[in-house]
Amino acid sequence: MKYIDEYQDSELARKLATRISNHSTRQIRLMEFCGGHTHAIMRYGIRQLLPGTVEMKSGPGCPVCVTANADLDKAIAMAYLPGVTITTFGDLIRVPGSYSSLQQAKADGADIRVVYSSMDAVDIARNNPERSVIFIGIGFETTAPTIAASIIKAQQEQVKNFYLLSMLKLTPPIMRKLLEMGELKLDGIVCPGHVSVIIGSYPYRFIPESYRVACVVSGFEPLDILLCVARLVEQIESNKPGVEITYRRGVKPQGNVKALQLMAEVFDTSEADWRGIGIVPQSGLKLNSKYRYFDAGTAFEVSLKPVREHAGCRCGEILRGVATPPECNLFGRVCTPENPVGPCMVSNEGACAAYYQYGAEYE
Amino acid sequence: MCLAIPVRVISIAGDEAEIDIGGVKRTVSVVLTPEAKVGDYVLLHTGYAIGVVDEAEAEETLKLLEEIVNLSEIH
Amino acid sequence: MKALALLIISMERNMSNTILLAHGSGGKMSHDLVQHNFLPLLSNPILNKLDDSAVFEFSGHLAFTTDSYVVSPIFFPGGDIGKLAVCGTVNDLAMSGARPLYLSLSVIIEEGFPLDELETILRSVKAAAEQAGVSIITGDTKVVNRGQADRLFINTSGIGIIADGIDISGANARTGDKVILSGTIGDHGIAIMTQREGLKFEVPVESDCAPLNKLVAQMLETSPDIHCLRDPTRGGLASTLNEFARQSLAGIVIQEDKIPVKEGVRAVCELLGFDPLYVANEGKLVAIVKPGDADKVLAQMKQNSYGREASIIGEVTGNHPGRVVMKTILGPSRVIDMLSGELLPRIC
Repeated sequence: MKYIDEYQDSELARKLATRISNHSTRQIRLMEFCGGHTHAIMRYGIRQLLPGTVEMKSGPGCPVCVTANADLDKAIAMAYLPGVTITTFGDLIRVPGSYSSLQQAKADGADIRVVYSSMDAVDIARNNPERSVIFIGIGFETTAPTIAASIIKAQQEQVKNFYLLSMLKLTPPIMRKLLEMGELKLDGIVCPGHVSVIIGSYPYRFIPESYRVACVVSGFEPLDILLCVARLVEQIESNKPGVEITYRRGVKPQGNVKALQLMAEVFDTSEADWRGIGIVPQSGLKLNSKYRYFDAGTAFEVSLKPVREHAGCRCGEILRGVATPPECNLFGRVCTPENPVGPCMVSNEGACAAYYQYGAEYE
Repeated sequence: MCLAIPVRVISIAGDEAEIDIGGVKRTVSVVLTPEAKVGDYVLLHTGYAIGVVDEAEAEETLKLLEEIVNLSEIH
Repeated sequence: MKALALLIISMERNMSNTILLAHGSGGKMSHDLVQHNFLPLLSNPILNKLDDSAVFEFSGHLAFTTDSYVVSPIFFPGGDIGKLAVCGTVNDLAMSGARPLYLSLSVIIEEGFPLDELETILRSVKAAAEQAGVSIITGDTKVVNRGQADRLFINTSGIGIIADGIDISGANARTGDKVILSGTIGDHGIAIMTQREGLKFEVPVESDCAPLNKLVAQMLETSPDIHCLRDPTRGGLASTLNEFARQSLAGIVIQEDKIPVKEGVRAVCELLGFDPLYVANEGKLVAIVKPGDADKVLAQMKQNSYGREASIIGEVTGNHPGRVVMKTILGPSRVIDMLSGELLPRIC
């Protein structure tokens, strides 16, 4: 497949890995902030190709993992409302909230449908005028403009039974928060690839400027990731942290102006609740007053039981990179891929799911 | 976060386009990429094209990769 | 047996062109059909007797299996629930090294189901049974209220004969054995998945649903001592290999670049975030054979239309017993676990 296969060449990958080894003289720590990168790193065994001097840590880049129980509980509660159809991306179905999951609610009789796209959710609303169709909006800046476009379309086509429960989150603010918290010393960041297609590279400038951390925007094929790591090592070794784009076929420094416009048309920034981190101001998106009609939170009242975390679940710390899965007492005993306690074990990119599968090889 | 795959635009009608990848076809929205043309590759995320793949940059990146590894062989 | 009735009431006899509750009640409506439309499709001496039980002579080492089919949608590219119901049970028998002989066919249908669709499904049953060389010798029909059977459910049970000396089991894998895959993976699951609401893609991929008993018979003729055989249905290739690894307490190593995947399947997997290793197949098998026999079994498989793209994808090792490891396209290895939960499309 074009623009994919060429970046999987194993010969080039090995040579690139050798080059990284040759140039890496000191121990450095890199973090990726994008679930897609976490997944690609696992899928292609990137860690095994890198020298021991380069440590890769996964950050809170998976929208499923960072969804707080309070938000998930609300979605599940809405599923039980009469006449409500919940539409969601598949990622969220198995994630356990305080008491239940969307999968459990479905088994209990709630009308929950997995969709590939928010526009499919609008179609379901259009085709089922007697139902109230609520779309669970998880995602970062890659997904936000697509949801904005769906809302605008719903408005134009007068689809009055379509609603959004927004759990959308923003990437630069969480990067800033993590760097401020300073729990982990980071030398470089693998910047998200498709978030950056939307927001460009300018929003990351504060990272080298204020924190002396190197930034490179990466694609998702193995050669992309290795090239990114090579450039990060270069920046760090020469003590010249900056913001660079290696995913140049997809990302422009100014981003996608039209997408940013649509986001601004429909959303305001708001605080957001991040699992393991808490409320972070200006790190989420909610519908603005012009589109408030579509806001599920405004349209539907639900009463919630007290939000609780499963005692012993260390997803939060694992998301921040300060604990490893085996350090969680539930890991592998109570919490397994078949019976996940927290999202890190459910999600394809969750650190715990990865560690469970790959065990020692993961390190 | 962000499963987005390069797909080829076969036809465009307003905000919608027919795309092809490996023989698989679907109608998607190009409202976020008004500059997309027939024959372009776009990055498809949840039924929306989020960006047009820059063919020239793609070539540059592959060239850069070759250069880098050839340099390291000289070292 | 009178109930095997299904209900395709000939046009002259009945005004209705859909299934009615009365079609399942064993009375005249149930009976009429069988004679005019049903028996002609599935006719054989045992079935034609229409007794309460099928009666036949038998002696030998038997295999017996049952499966229910609840696939949705019931019509999909490459087949339908009827074809699936026959092939699935035929294949289960074949995977035990049995020659499939007889099947039962039970159908549970929702009231209101169109008769012409039922006719199509029964024709598929007939075609698949003929291709496999099996007879449907007994069956049943029930009709339930609308909404109680997701259109139509089928159960088939099957009996087959295992020749002397054949001993195939998931526990028989031994260090050094080779792992052979009969062809491309993921075709069936993707063909089904892309028909579902919310996931519709126009895909040049058809279900690979097929009866594999003749392929297996040819393989056993070449090497009667095949150790393991299984068809990687739900859970995909990954789950089947894990079952072998666990049952045999052996390790299995496979190579990603030896596993064939059709371009359309790969494309949909990329788009929806699936791993083809976990996607269902309905016309493929995995065989574990002695290293000395691998090449000739492979050559034999390639002579059969259902084994043209067969390849040796890996081997059984004494390392990491119970685990399956895959050498990825770049070189590093990763552990391949069983499927957890359902295969779901993702955005991440």
